[in-house]
Amino acid sequence: MRTIAVFRLSRKLNRSFATSLFLFVLLAVFGAFSALPLLYAVNNAFKPLDELFVFPPRFFVNNPTWDNFYDLVSLMGNSWVPLSRYIANTLLITIVGTAGHILLASAAAYPLAKYRFPGSRTLFSIVVLSLMFSGHVTAIPNYMVMSWLGWINTLTSIIVPSLAFPLGLFLMKQFMEQIPDALLEAAKIDGASEYRIYWTIVMPNVKPAWLTLMILQFPFLWGSDGGSFIYSENLKTLHYALGQITLGGIARAGVGAAVALILMVVPITLFIISQSSVIQTMATSGMKD
Amino acid sequence: MQADTTRPAAAPLLRANRASRWALAFQAVQKSKHYYVLMGPFMVIFFLFTVIPVVFSLFLSFTYFNMLEFPRFVGWQNYTRLFLNDDVFMIALKNTFLFAVITGPISYFACFLFAWIINELPPKVRAFMTLVFYAPSISGNVYFIWLIIFSGDRYGYLNGFLIQFGFLLEPVQWLTNEKYILTIVIIVQLWLSLGTSFLAFIAGLQTIDRSLVEAGAVDGIKNRWQELWFITLPSMRPQLLFGAVMQITASFAVADVSIALAGFPSVNYAAHTIVTHLMDYGTIRFEMGYASSIATVLFLIMIGTNLLTQKLLRKVGE
Repeated sequence: MRTIAVFRLSRKLNRSFATSLFLFVLLAVFGAFSALPLLYAVNNAFKPLDELFVFPPRFFVNNPTWDNFYDLVSLMGNSWVPLSRYIANTLLITIVGTAGHILLASAAAYPLAKYRFPGSRTLFSIVVLSLMFSGHVTAIPNYMVMSWLGWINTLTSIIVPSLAFPLGLFLMKQFMEQIPDALLEAAKIDGASEYRIYWTIVMPNVKPAWLTLMILQFPFLWGSDGGSFIYSENLKTLHYALGQITLGGIARAGVGAAVALILMVVPITLFIISQSSVIQTMATSGMKD
Repeated sequence: MQADTTRPAAAPLLRANRASRWALAFQAVQKSKHYYVLMGPFMVIFFLFTVIPVVFSLFLSFTYFNMLEFPRFVGWQNYTRLFLNDDVFMIALKNTFLFAVITGPISYFACFLFAWIINELPPKVRAFMTLVFYAPSISGNVYFIWLIIFSGDRYGYLNGFLIQFGFLLEPVQWLTNEKYILTIVIIVQLWLSLGTSFLAFIAGLQTIDRSLVEAGAVDGIKNRWQELWFITLPSMRPQLLFGAVMQITASFAVADVSIALAGFPSVNYAAHTIVTHLMDYGTIRFEMGYASSIATVLFLIMIGTNLLTQKLLRKVGE
């Protein structure tokens, strides 16, 4: 009880009401700026045709309908590649890529977080340095490596490079440093191998970090349009299909809004589920001096 | 005399020393072989698609290479052409720096400011507001919503709104008018930019030791601004460093938003950036050597800015 009272008191320390009010108004205004386009997209997906093209445009839907989703299914049912194919490709890329990334990144993070061995510092410095430039820098050699491996126009070309996303390794390593050494020592005395320790002790202890890596990797792969590596129509992704639909212009506005809703709902739902774990992991994300 | 007698004795000792040092290193590697196995899969892919490509790109930037013939060494020619003979690259460079100078600091500041305000809220509201600010960055690249908002006809949301309230008489072509494109791309880029660093700041703020704050109050901290400067910021230095890396890298890599909104290439290159220039030469013109020199310049700009900022931020609160 007393701790709660102290906590309440300390929350009010040095807080002037006027500044609080100003800051919360600021928060509300920019919160609206952040949320309104997404709300608009949700509303658009349920608007019947006459409401999509009403002037002046309305923000909220009056008579919500599922028409756009039926149109989407029938439109894609008639096309050469059915919608389910795009969804299947996207799911395959996303699930394999995310699960594989969590597995590989945590396996690599465990030794880096817990032991000093020849090359460990250098490798980690390279990983940190690689956070400081974007993937665009390596686009051209990547294409050549892909064609040398014969991976052009396969889903492998999207999945494999994403497995070694350096940010995931960095966050996982920072989080694993919290695992008490005593736990690992005890297992070693009991005769467990490093692989066993990794799998049965380290992995269950870093579940929040799994979810964090998922929330970073999932939207990236889910929103992938196949880039420059994929040109067969039957290997394209949902995001690519969305691009094709919106190219249909004004006539496809409703269907486009429906696909956009599908694309955004999944990652947002995942974040809602995993939010507290993600915040827990991010607390250790800092770069030390 | 003395030296003659000691030398033969010392040499084998030295040799043994050196040999044993190698043996020790080898032993250390041998002892940690399990660690190398664990890191193996990740590191192989990481080196194959990130580390080696950077080096390879540097090498290619000094060659003429069109993917068909073997690369031909041309010295600094690509770089002289880039900086002296390529007017479009100058536009791209100017735009990239403009984007970076505006979106980088503003988004970094916004990430921190909103995380800081949100931290004062009760847990349920805090979770909700976190979602509100973070959602755009993970919503599956649906920035094409903005295409509808900035659409050039009356049905575009912004045009419709402005016409209805009498600010405009006829629709404005937001996305094909050079005057507006840059601003619009910046707005959308900022909308998307509360990402990983925002979460890191929220988390960092929650782990600040409350007793530090109370001790500070006893020591005469009078308002929240002093608390921010003397307690909050220094306690969060690791997260601040991490967030800076994320925001800087993203702010120099503006391309997807520009392509989605302004097209590729944009009208009169109004939203052309280093990355879209790189795409132009790498995926359309197939001048791989030249494109690699663009990539190398981008690499140096990103790494240079990041390292410099790290150095500056380490001074926060010292």
